[in-house]
Amino acid sequence: MAAIDRTTGAPQPIGYSRTPLGLVAQVLRWIALLIAVILFLLPFYLVLRNALSTEADITSPTWTLFPKDLQWGNLKELFNDTQVPMARALYNSAVVGVLGTAGQLLLASMAGYGLARIPYRHADKVFYAIVATLMIPGAVTFIPSFIVVSSLGWVSTLRGLIIPTLFSGFAAFLFRQYFLNFPRELEEAARVDGAGHFGTFWRIVVPNSLPFFAALAAITFIGNWNSFLWPLVIGQDSSSWTIQVAMSTFVTAQTINIHELFMAVAVSILPLVLIFAFLQRYLIQGVTQSGIKD
Amino acid sequence: MSTRTAPAPVPRAPARKGARRPKGIAGNTLSFWLFVGPFVVGLLVFSYVPIIWSLILSFFEAYNTVTPSKFVGVSNYVDMLTDRNFLSSLGTFTLFAIFIVPLTFVLSLALALLVNQVKIARAFFRSVFFLPTACSYVVASLIWRLSIFNGVRFGLANTILDWFGIDGIAWLSTVDPPWYWIPIVSVRLWLQLGFYMILFIAGLQRISPTLYEAAYVDGAKPGWQTFRYITLPQLRATSVAVLILNLIAAYQAFDEFYNLIGNVNFARPPLVYLYGISLGTIQDLGHGSAGALILAVIIMLVTLLQNKIFGFGKAGD
Repeated sequence: MAAIDRTTGAPQPIGYSRTPLGLVAQVLRWIALLIAVILFLLPFYLVLRNALSTEADITSPTWTLFPKDLQWGNLKELFNDTQVPMARALYNSAVVGVLGTAGQLLLASMAGYGLARIPYRHADKVFYAIVATLMIPGAVTFIPSFIVVSSLGWVSTLRGLIIPTLFSGFAAFLFRQYFLNFPRELEEAARVDGAGHFGTFWRIVVPNSLPFFAALAAITFIGNWNSFLWPLVIGQDSSSWTIQVAMSTFVTAQTINIHELFMAVAVSILPLVLIFAFLQRYLIQGVTQSGIKD
Repeated sequence: MSTRTAPAPVPRAPARKGARRPKGIAGNTLSFWLFVGPFVVGLLVFSYVPIIWSLILSFFEAYNTVTPSKFVGVSNYVDMLTDRNFLSSLGTFTLFAIFIVPLTFVLSLALALLVNQVKIARAFFRSVFFLPTACSYVVASLIWRLSIFNGVRFGLANTILDWFGIDGIAWLSTVDPPWYWIPIVSVRLWLQLGFYMILFIAGLQRISPTLYEAAYVDGAKPGWQTFRYITLPQLRATSVAVLILNLIAAYQAFDEFYNLIGNVNFARPPLVYLYGISLGTIQDLGHGSAGALILAVIIMLVTLLQNKIFGFGKAGD
């Protein structure tokens, strides 16, 4: 995608390809690059190949690069399979992805703005209380979080899937750092016009920060969509499975045919490929800003 | 990015205290809590309460219940620290980190250098290597398990072995030799190399080209010399960040182990084991809580130690 290429400052060691040795190095580099491209794309190709093959073709001992003839009916078969709550799982994932992302960004951006911009005596202490949660390794909290969600009676509900994930100390931290650097002049203009903190935030700060929001939204959505451990812990009933839990369960319980499973995999990847195609620039910005995907 | 390039240093909040806002401190206090309050309440309920509750529960017997039933002192901790399965899960993790951290570091740096030196279609190559980062561990594990490293004859890896006349391998269940490490390590490499490559590319682009020009004038050979004496030292901050993020991510390994080989005793990282004992058939939340807290302490200690060794403070980007 040409749009992202703002990389002109890349350091290029001078005089590389002027010598014969440089030329050899150049050729070797291209060979390495092409091998890497094949290795990185191969798994995607295997998904497509298997999703459009018959079960017999996939499990045939004579492996072929292409499916014998394309089985588009696999898609219909997947959604018609009454044993497999595929539509429900996709719906759950979409709800978790969208609401989880929107909620997390709203809460974290407001918290970040308050911490960065509203003078309050104890703001530092609140900030430290938030940062302290970053010290606790995310994945080991699944048991304690399960305890709380379970005592709230939220096991196997969408609430239980979404609400506990909304309060990301890391996102609040990123927003605070971002708002500290937000140009104050823009806010002052709104203040002069008589806007309060809320007016300034909604009408000036948010509209002028959309690229930053987009970057975090892309990362958060992908993280939510791909999240596995928490949905597995909470989704004890198949009506609350997300697509990831569903796929994992289908394969261990053998409730699904292998060509259907690969079609499910293809379907689950599709939203991400679309986000990737349209928001890649923001995604890369988000990665370099946050340095963390979770 | 505006976060990096914003030129004017922002005055700290106290500098303008009382000067311009007509509302005064009370108005600010209310506004502050309206902005920050909802987040803080959520953090208390879903972060602080769980951890304190879990700490309490770790001193109690709690089977199939989230309410403490019988006080047992530190015996849960003693049980976990002498539990052969728990200890072996820590061993599995350590081995995993020994494989994955250096490999990820070297390969993602190599990818970044390769992509950075390409003059045409650089964005294309970057996208290809970054694309798997968007995939889930579940998806990748299913591809690895059912298509590439399938133990029966139709797997791609065994097909390739067959071309060379080598018998197929049951990749995920062969313990001696431990072939299962190949799928386990390669799946994570595929998923995360692009992510660290992006961090390295960002780091490479912050290096001033004048450094390379100066080195050239001084007679340094482009290639290994400039890499060793310019590129690598200039990437110090990024390298530290990559190593630490990578190690923390390795500690939290769950998805690929669970989906590739399940809850088996030969290759089970701590989280899979804890998941099994606390949310499996016997819901032993007392022991599970104790184990989770032990694990949390280990992770925090290792992270602090790493910070000390590498000086994470300097890597503040």
